[in-house]
Amino acid sequence: MSQTTVGKARASKPPSPWKPAKQPRKANNPNAVPSLNGRWGYMFIAPFFVMFLIFGLAPIIYSIYIAFFNWDALGTQEFIGLANFSELFIDTRFWNALINTLDIWLLSTIPMLIMSIGLAAVLHNPALRGSTFFRTILLVPNITSVLAIAIVFGQLFGRDFGMVNIIIGALGFEHIDFVQGTTSSHVAIASMIVWRWTGYNALIFLAAMLAIPNELYESASLDGAGKFKQFIYVTLPSLRNTITFVLIVGTIGGLQVFAEPLILGGSFNGGDSGQFSTLTLFLFEQAFVAYKWGYAASIGIMITVIVAIVSVINFYITRKIAGDGR
Amino acid sequence: MSQAEVLEQTRLKPTRRRKPRWQRMGVGGYIALGIVTFLSLFPFYWMFIVASNGTDEISKIPPTLVPGPRFFTVVSNVYEALPQFNQALLNTVYVGTVVALAQVFFSAIAGFAFAKLNFRGQKFMVLFVILTMMLPSQLGIIPLFILMGNLGLIDSLGALIIPALVTAFGVFWMRQVIDAQVPNELLEAASIDGAGVFRAYWSIVVPIISQSAFVLGLFSFLATWNDFLWPLLVLNTPENFTAQVAVNQLKSSYAIDYALNMGGAFLSTAPLLILFIFVGRRLVRGVMDGAVKG
Repeated sequence: MSQTTVGKARASKPPSPWKPAKQPRKANNPNAVPSLNGRWGYMFIAPFFVMFLIFGLAPIIYSIYIAFFNWDALGTQEFIGLANFSELFIDTRFWNALINTLDIWLLSTIPMLIMSIGLAAVLHNPALRGSTFFRTILLVPNITSVLAIAIVFGQLFGRDFGMVNIIIGALGFEHIDFVQGTTSSHVAIASMIVWRWTGYNALIFLAAMLAIPNELYESASLDGAGKFKQFIYVTLPSLRNTITFVLIVGTIGGLQVFAEPLILGGSFNGGDSGQFSTLTLFLFEQAFVAYKWGYAASIGIMITVIVAIVSVINFYITRKIAGDGR
Repeated sequence: MSQAEVLEQTRLKPTRRRKPRWQRMGVGGYIALGIVTFLSLFPFYWMFIVASNGTDEISKIPPTLVPGPRFFTVVSNVYEALPQFNQALLNTVYVGTVVALAQVFFSAIAGFAFAKLNFRGQKFMVLFVILTMMLPSQLGIIPLFILMGNLGLIDSLGALIIPALVTAFGVFWMRQVIDAQVPNELLEAASIDGAGVFRAYWSIVVPIISQSAFVLGLFSFLATWNDFLWPLLVLNTPENFTAQVAVNQLKSSYAIDYALNMGGAFLSTAPLLILFIFVGRRLVRGVMDGAVKG
């Protein structure tokens, strides 16, 4: 976290003798400019907070409220306590969606992480020519709409005339019906996510690699470490915080995946037998097809809880794995 | 290493000169990058191939891999299926621009206050902003839908604009940018010269952060352009569609017409690709400046 280190560096500067420190009684912000009137701060943040409270926070709180109701679009509003949640726990569609979501998340996150670190290592090489071009290309998938890309991937993964199946057929294997199968549909969805995020994350890792002091590499190379050993013993341990960051951001996004399966299947069902229904897709199906708003709200709360749990687990695992490398 | 040096290193300057020769670039690296370049661009090429050949040409083995003659036929089919397609593109540009400008403005002033001003409750509020960034965005979607209905905004572009005017991410991002790029000494000097908070913000902070603010605006614009589900939920009449909803509309016919779909996808993506040619390098720099390092 570069910001915190900067803050520490500033705070540890010796106080200058000719400029008496004019600290206010309570330093709410140690990095603040003391001579600027802090009261104006409220005015500067007010527009953000007012709009955020109305359109961001209030709906979330209201959503928690209606999760305890039997509440539908037609006007039924009946307090039922935790009944939505107990119904959810025995709802096989919920568990199916949860397993699908975790499967798609694993299938996309692990390849994406490995490939993006590898790509960043290639781009980090100072002898690379055309690095600006390659960096820019890496961002192209990220800026295009999920809809357009899902249409293309849906065709490429088509059963009869999709490019992927034509290649599989040319290699002498049976065509795979990607959309109908469970694992195969997850692979198709994960490939869209990997395609979209690998380049973006490679740039994040590259920025982190460029911040590693060259001296570390020089001394490693003097000690006889080859490129591979330098990567294992210098690069990877230095990326610890970045890997944690990418994993957590990827988890928050990945556990809410819905656009790719929605477009692949063309409905909120997530395939004919729900084989690629995800948690968020299930939420939308309950909210905007079945119009069970109370039930849908309880799904939203469960998604939040699951995201929090998986993020915390991720955090500790990456700390454990990468933390010993220093 | 100071923040300035770190930022300097991540700039898109040729890194060769400053680095020693102890690392060599192998052919394998170029092959890997070549494959990635191909895979990154292929879907766009394929969109055009399918749209210019028609569905029949694609539905055979081996498929056509070169552009065909039917592109304008397919384009006119798109306009026939949805005469409001141009209107949809204009709507998207309009919504995207308004949202981008608003997000930059509100995020920059709030980010400035969080980075450089000292007021009570600040720590708590910063923590609050960071925590809200972690909440799944779908959590409040049903009440937001009800709220939009109560405000009479369903089936209007206002339903897309108003909830998107501020984001916690934008505020957090601008706070990081201002903290890293604006030296306290400059602001102190300005206030010694008699500048108030507004003056200091306008004549010191704004010029320094304009590049980063532009990048934030671009990302907001792109996110708005590509947003799909919310516009689909709140928009009903074709005159109010955004590009994504319009493309989705082409999809809903019972038999999938790949050429028509890909034609629509191509028309809705081409403006972004053209924009990207001009701003791609700035976006790359923005992504890398915002990265967590070390």
